[in-house]
Amino acid sequence: MNSSLLRQMRSTFFFALLGVVFMFAAPQVLQLFTIINLTTAIALAVLALSLALIWGYGGILCFGQVAFFGLGAYVYTISAINFGGSTWAVLMAVLVTSAFAAALGYFIFYGRVSDVYLGVITLTVTLIFFSLIRRTSGPEYKIGNALLGGFNGVSSPPINLPWDSGSFLFPEHVFYVAMAVLILCYVFVGWLVNTKFGRVCVAIRENELRAELLGYDTRLYKLGIFTIGAGIAALGGVLFCNGVGRITPDVFSLYNAALTIIWVIVGGRGTLIGPIGATFALFYLTSALGGQSLLNNNLVLGIILIIFVLLVPKGVAPTVVDWIASRRKKTPRRARRRRGARAEGME
Amino acid sequence: MTRQRGDVVVETRGLCMHFGGVRAVDEVDFTLFDRELRCLIGPNGAGKSTFFKCLTGQLTPTAGDVMIRGQAMTGAEPFEIASLGVGIKTQVPNVFDGLSAEENIWISARRWHDDRRARTLTAETIERLRLGDIRRTQLGRLAHGQRQWVELGMVVAAEPWLVLLDEPAAGMTHEETYRTAELIEEINKTAALIVVEHDMQFIRMISRQVTLFHEGGILMEDTMDAISADKRAREVYLGHRA
Repeated sequence: MNSSLLRQMRSTFFFALLGVVFMFAAPQVLQLFTIINLTTAIALAVLALSLALIWGYGGILCFGQVAFFGLGAYVYTISAINFGGSTWAVLMAVLVTSAFAAALGYFIFYGRVSDVYLGVITLTVTLIFFSLIRRTSGPEYKIGNALLGGFNGVSSPPINLPWDSGSFLFPEHVFYVAMAVLILCYVFVGWLVNTKFGRVCVAIRENELRAELLGYDTRLYKLGIFTIGAGIAALGGVLFCNGVGRITPDVFSLYNAALTIIWVIVGGRGTLIGPIGATFALFYLTSALGGQSLLNNNLVLGIILIIFVLLVPKGVAPTVVDWIASRRKKTPRRARRRRGARAEGME
Repeated sequence: MTRQRGDVVVETRGLCMHFGGVRAVDEVDFTLFDRELRCLIGPNGAGKSTFFKCLTGQLTPTAGDVMIRGQAMTGAEPFEIASLGVGIKTQVPNVFDGLSAEENIWISARRWHDDRRARTLTAETIERLRLGDIRRTQLGRLAHGQRQWVELGMVVAAEPWLVLLDEPAAGMTHEETYRTAELIEEINKTAALIVVEHDMQFIRMISRQVTLFHEGGILMEDTMDAISADKRAREVYLGHRA
């Protein structure tokens, strides 16, 4: 058990290290335009990571993870405009979004709403945000100094240095921040799923009644993982509006809500690196498709989703892990024999 | 009738569970003493499993009270009842199918102890239940009997003082049934038990006191021999078998 825990964390550290290398190497070789584009992809990867946590490990199919992502972005933007600095705005974004998720989750989990309705409720909340914020175009829709701007959205002040609200970060620096946030969130989630809390959440995903019969208050655990996931999604939202430069209600669209689910399905539930990788891959695929007019973007995404659901239902990362494991079993027969002999010798 | 050792651990008063017009459990007064081993028997639909679900919090009784060690637990959530130190095994194996046998048992032990103690307890339980060969196997890949055993392991690993088992021997081979009976005797050294069972041979292996359910109520409560000898009991239950 202990060795598997270490192995799990070892792969987490491996990918984190890979991320650090990428973080410092990418700006040396890539053009600024690509770097700015990457920042957006990284923000979306943080969103995918948050859903990978609550769906892949917590078993909570939240169809509206973008609601927390978008809410985080809006809270950041509005706070940053009002505070005249980004540090407290980032904190506000995470706290307000988590509090909102905790309140919503309280009614869902303590009301024992079933899985399907949880999906419906979270999606509905997302679409309510979408409709609501689209209608805020008049000058009367103001929070402090920030105009909500309806479907045009609000332009987001860039992140500044924590100790100097006058020194804004340039896009290439925002890339470093985004990459650092992604890596830190990834390591944090990788650690979290191996703690008692994380393992109980996985057990609840496997069989909620059994977990209850062992004496675990499953409602509390689900609420916990849901709230943490929302907080991470909010961080993604903060990065997103920094990468793009503004935030619009489109973030709450059905398209984006569905896209988040697709990343996790393609990448694989029950892994973290899978959905992150899938986000980058699909982000660049859709960008590439945007440059041509032969194929409809949504059509291609839909076909990819169908192919994965039918042919690779576990997603890429778990399938690769299974494949490696089955190869490992087949090849080093000699090593296994040796191990067997050692076990005999011990007896 | 021998009233065994000490205190009342489970008591129900006028317990009713009605589904619309169906009186699955009707006005049941039931008492279990500390360290007692009690079997619940009865024909299909007699209300045993419904009664069991009322005790474990899976159903909220329509009327009446459930007291566990003197605490009113009527309508409590299953986790609240389990948190008193009650080990529960349901009729259908309820296990964590995607996890290894070891992880299943660890989750149970970890509820009560820190990680180090939980790991020791897990190792002990695996040895005690002879699950060594399957400790790293995903439960979903195991046979029915083995999954039942892992579930029993989860119950044992929590070191409960009261154990509620719903058909622990269902679908087990003769050998497994025998070992389950042994395990139940062993659990009984430290805990009181309620065992719902169908398998008469199994009941004869373990039973001292038996409660016979019929049409939602308790028909009689006595030793297995006395129940086998009783004419009314034979009519409702044993008649078509013995």
